[in-house]
Amino acid sequence: MTLLKEFFLPRFVQWLVVIFIGVTVTFLIPRLSPVNPIDQAMTRLTSFQNRDPQATVALRESLQDLYGLNGNIFEQYINFWKRVLRGDLGPSFSSFPAKVSDLIGNSIAWTVGLLATSTILAWVLGIIFGSLAGYFPNRWWARLMESSVITVYPVPYYILSFVLLMAFTYYLPIFPLVGGGQGLPRLTLDYIGSVLFHSFLPAVSIIIGGVAFRFIVSKALTTSERSSDYVQYAEMAAIPKRKILISYIIRNTMLPQVTDLGLSLGTIFEGALITEVVFGYPGLGNTLYNAVNSSDYNLIMGITLLSIVGIATASLLVDLSYPLFDPRVRYR
Amino acid sequence: MSNILEAKDLKAYYMTQAFGVRRTVKAVDNISLQVRQGEAFGIAGESGCGKSTLLKVLLGAHEPPLTVVDGTVKYRFDDMEEIDPLALDERGRREIRWKKVSYIPQGSMHVLNPVRRIRESFHDFVRTHKKVSQAESWDMARNYLRDLGLSEEVLNSYPHQLSGGMRQRVTIALATILWPKLIFADEPTTALDVVVQRGVIQLLKDIRQKEGSTLVLITHDIGVHANLADRIAILYAGKVVEEGDTKEVLKNPRHPYTQHLINSLPRLDERSERVSIPGRPPALDNPPNGCRFHPRCPVALDKCRTIDPETITLEPGHRVACHVVAEEVSHAPVA
Amino acid sequence: MLLTIRDLFRFSPAFRYGAIILALVFVLVGLSFFSPYEPDVNRAVPRNKPPSDVYVFGTNSNGQDVFWMLTFAVRNSLLVASLAVVIGRGIGVLLGMISGYLGGRVDRVLSSIVDSFIVMPRLPLLILIASILRGQMTMASLGVLLGLLDWAYPSKRYRAQILSLRERGFTDTAVFAGMGTLKIVVQEHLPFLIPFLLADMVSGFLFAIGFEITLSVLGLSDLSTQSIGTMIYWGNYYQALLSNRIWILAAPIGASIVIVVGFYLVSLGLSRYLDPRTRLLRLQVKTT
Repeated sequence: MTLLKEFFLPRFVQWLVVIFIGVTVTFLIPRLSPVNPIDQAMTRLTSFQNRDPQATVALRESLQDLYGLNGNIFEQYINFWKRVLRGDLGPSFSSFPAKVSDLIGNSIAWTVGLLATSTILAWVLGIIFGSLAGYFPNRWWARLMESSVITVYPVPYYILSFVLLMAFTYYLPIFPLVGGGQGLPRLTLDYIGSVLFHSFLPAVSIIIGGVAFRFIVSKALTTSERSSDYVQYAEMAAIPKRKILISYIIRNTMLPQVTDLGLSLGTIFEGALITEVVFGYPGLGNTLYNAVNSSDYNLIMGITLLSIVGIATASLLVDLSYPLFDPRVRYR
Repeated sequence: MSNILEAKDLKAYYMTQAFGVRRTVKAVDNISLQVRQGEAFGIAGESGCGKSTLLKVLLGAHEPPLTVVDGTVKYRFDDMEEIDPLALDERGRREIRWKKVSYIPQGSMHVLNPVRRIRESFHDFVRTHKKVSQAESWDMARNYLRDLGLSEEVLNSYPHQLSGGMRQRVTIALATILWPKLIFADEPTTALDVVVQRGVIQLLKDIRQKEGSTLVLITHDIGVHANLADRIAILYAGKVVEEGDTKEVLKNPRHPYTQHLINSLPRLDERSERVSIPGRPPALDNPPNGCRFHPRCPVALDKCRTIDPETITLEPGHRVACHVVAEEVSHAPVA
Repeated sequence: MLLTIRDLFRFSPAFRYGAIILALVFVLVGLSFFSPYEPDVNRAVPRNKPPSDVYVFGTNSNGQDVFWMLTFAVRNSLLVASLAVVIGRGIGVLLGMISGYLGGRVDRVLSSIVDSFIVMPRLPLLILIASILRGQMTMASLGVLLGLLDWAYPSKRYRAQILSLRERGFTDTAVFAGMGTLKIVVQEHLPFLIPFLLADMVSGFLFAIGFEITLSVLGLSDLSTQSIGTMIYWGNYYQALLSNRIWILAAPIGASIVIVVGFYLVSLGLSRYLDPRTRLLRLQVKTT
C-alpha cells in the first residue's frame, strides 16, 4: 500500500502535470504567430468565386468556430481542452476538410513500424556489442568497434542519413530514392518485400546512430560493473565469463537500459522527421514536415501534442515497471 | 603432516603507469609462509599492510597491475603432486577453485548478485565445478544450510532482504559447499556486531570440524585470531615480522610491533589506559629503508635504519624478523 | 593549466588528434576574415564549376566560391552553437546551483518544472516555433532558441553534481571552519565543477551544431547567411546530388563531420584524463 502511495501516485500526478503543460504550450505557440489562418483559408476558399457578403461572413464564422478561434483566449483554451479530450484535433488547414486525426492515422503505421523495430534492434545490438567491449576491452575487435563508434557517434543524424542516401541510392543505386512500398498496400509477399526493401536504408540509418549511443552507454556500465564485488567474487570462483557477462553484469545494468528503451520508444511519436524527409518515407515525420511547409498549424499542433503525450506516457510506464526489474524496489 | 600451502620469498608489487607517471607499490615484499594441513593459520596486520594483496597472490587471483615479481606459491593436497596457483590457466583455476581451494570474502559487502535469488547464486557456483541440475544443486544447498544450522528460507530470498550477518553466513556456506580442503577467509567478521561475530566464528569452527579443512584467516582483529587460529603471522608493511603459535605469540610477543599490538588490546583485568603506537604505517610505494618499522620503533638501533632484518627462529615454530631480538638472542647465554 | 594541456597532448591520443583537428578548423575560421568574396554576394564567380586550381572546392549554383563560403559557414555555425551553449548551459548551471544549494521546497518545485520540460519533444517544438518565425529568423536568434531548448537536462546533471559535492566531507569541514557560503562555492566546489562543465559544454556544442544543420536543411533558419546547414540546403535546392555536382554538398558535409569528430575526441580525452580513477594514478609525488 505504501508502495502505491510513495511511488505510483506521485508519478501519475507528474504525468498529468506534463500533459497539462504540453497541451498548454501547444495551444499557445501558434496563437503567438503573426499569421492569421482564417485569412489564409478564406483566400483559398473564395478565390475562384464571388460570394455575397453575408455568405462570406457566415463562412468566416464557421471557419473561426472550426479552428477554435472563437471568443477570447481563455474561452479558446477551454474549448481546446474540450476538443482534445474528445479526441478531436480539428481539421487540417492545408488539406481542408480532412481531419487532423485522419491524416495522422494514415501515416502513423509507417512510422511506428519503422521506428519500433529499428529502436529495439539498435538497443539489443548496442547492449550486446557495448557489454562485450566493456568486459573484454583489450581484444582487437573491441578496440575496432570502439574506434568505429567514436567516429560515428558525434556525427549529426542528418549528415549520417544523407550520406547513406547518397552512397546507396545514387552512387551505388541499390535502394529506391523515395517511398514506403511499391504498389498498393496489400498483404502480399511482394508488397511486404517491397516495404522491407524501402525501409531498409532508413532503418539502417536509425540503427547505426542508436547502436553507437547504446554501445557507449553499455560499455561504460559494464566497465563499472566489472569492478563490483559480486562480479569479482564470481570471477574468483571461475564461473564461465559468458555467464558472468549475462547474469551478473548485463542483468544488473538492465534498469537504466530499459529506462532508455522506454524513453526512446516514447519518442517514436515525434516521428522520425529527418529520416522520413531524407528518405521520402511516408510517415508521421513527413506529414509534419509538409504541415510546417504549408503552415498547417492544426496538424502541427496535433502531432506535437501526440508526441508529448507519447513521451510522457512512455516515461510513466517505464517508471512503473521498475519493480519488475529490480527486486530491491519490489521488496522494500 | 605435510604443508598444504607453501609460499617462498614471495614478492608482489603493484606497478602502474598512467600519463607518464610510474609508480611501484611493494605490497608483498619477500614473504615466506608454511601452512600445515588441517590447521587454522591467522595472518594479522593493520590496514594497508598488504594482507589483501598477499591473499590475492596466495589464491593466484592477482591481476595487473599486481604482478608477482619473485618467489613461488605451492599447494599440496593429500600428498598429491604440487599445484602452482600462479601458473594456472582458466581451466586449471576452474578445476581447483571451490573444490580444493575456496575464498570467503567480507560477505556483508556485496558479494552476492543483487538481482538473483540466493538459491540461483548457489546453482551458479556449484554448476561451474560439478555437473548438477538446478534441482540437485538446490537440494545440496538446502541440506548444507540445514547442516550448518541456517534457515532454508534464505534460499528464496534476495541478498538485500538478509541482514549483514546472515549474508556473511550464507557466503560462508556458498564458499564451502563443495568441501574444499583449503579455505581462505578475508576479514570474515569485520563490520559485523559482536553477537553476529560470535556466530560466524562458531560457523567457521563447525565447518573445520566437520570437513577437516585448513583455514587461512586474515583479519586485523586479534581477538578473532585468539579464538580461531592455531598459528599466527604478524604482517607489517608487506613483511612478516613475527610468526608462531597463537598462544605463544600473544603471551610472549618478541617483535616491538607485535608487543605494541598486543598491549593495545583491551584486557578484562587491567584498567589502565590503552596506548597505541605513534605514527602511521608507511606508504608502500616509498617504504623506509632498512627495517620498515624503524620510524615508529621505540627501541630502534642504528642498523635498523639501513639493514633489513633477517628472519630468525627463536623456538621451533616461532620466528621473528628484528635486529633487536637478534641481538638479544645472540648475546643470551647458551641454555 | 598549461601543464595539464601538455600532459593531455602527450599521453592521450584522443585529445591529441582532436586538438589537431580543431586547430585546423580554427585556421579555417580565421581564413574567413581574409576571404576575397563577401558571403552574401551571388554571381561573384562562374556557377557550378568543379574543383580546380582556381576554385579549390569548386563553385556553387549561386555563383559563389565553395571554399571561401565554407570558411564563413564554419564560422557562423560555430558562433550559433557557442551562443546556444552559453545560454543553455548558463541557465542550466544557474538552475542547478539554485536547486542544489537551496534545497527544500525550492528544489522540489524547480525539479518538477525541470522534469516536465525534459519530456518535451524538442524537434517538433523547434520546428513549430521556427516555422512560425520563418523569414524573421536570424542566426543569432537561432542560437538563442537552441539554447532555450537545451537547459533542462544539463540543469538536472549539475544539480546532481552539486548535491553530491554538498555531501562530501570537505564541505562539512569548510562549513565548520566558518567559511561563507559563497566562498565555499567558489573555492571548494568550483574546481570540481569546471571539468564537468567543460565536458558537458562540448556535448552541448555537438547538440547545437546538429540541430542548426537540421533546421537549416529544412529551410527554417536564416537562409541568407552562410552556415553549414544552409550550404547543404542550397545544395539540395539546386539539386546538387542529382546533377552530379557533389562538391557543393561534400564540402559542408565533410566539414561538419570533421568538426564534430574533433570536438568529440577532445572531450573524450578530457573526460578520460579527469576520470577519478586514472586521476589518482596521475597525482603522484614524483620521487627522483
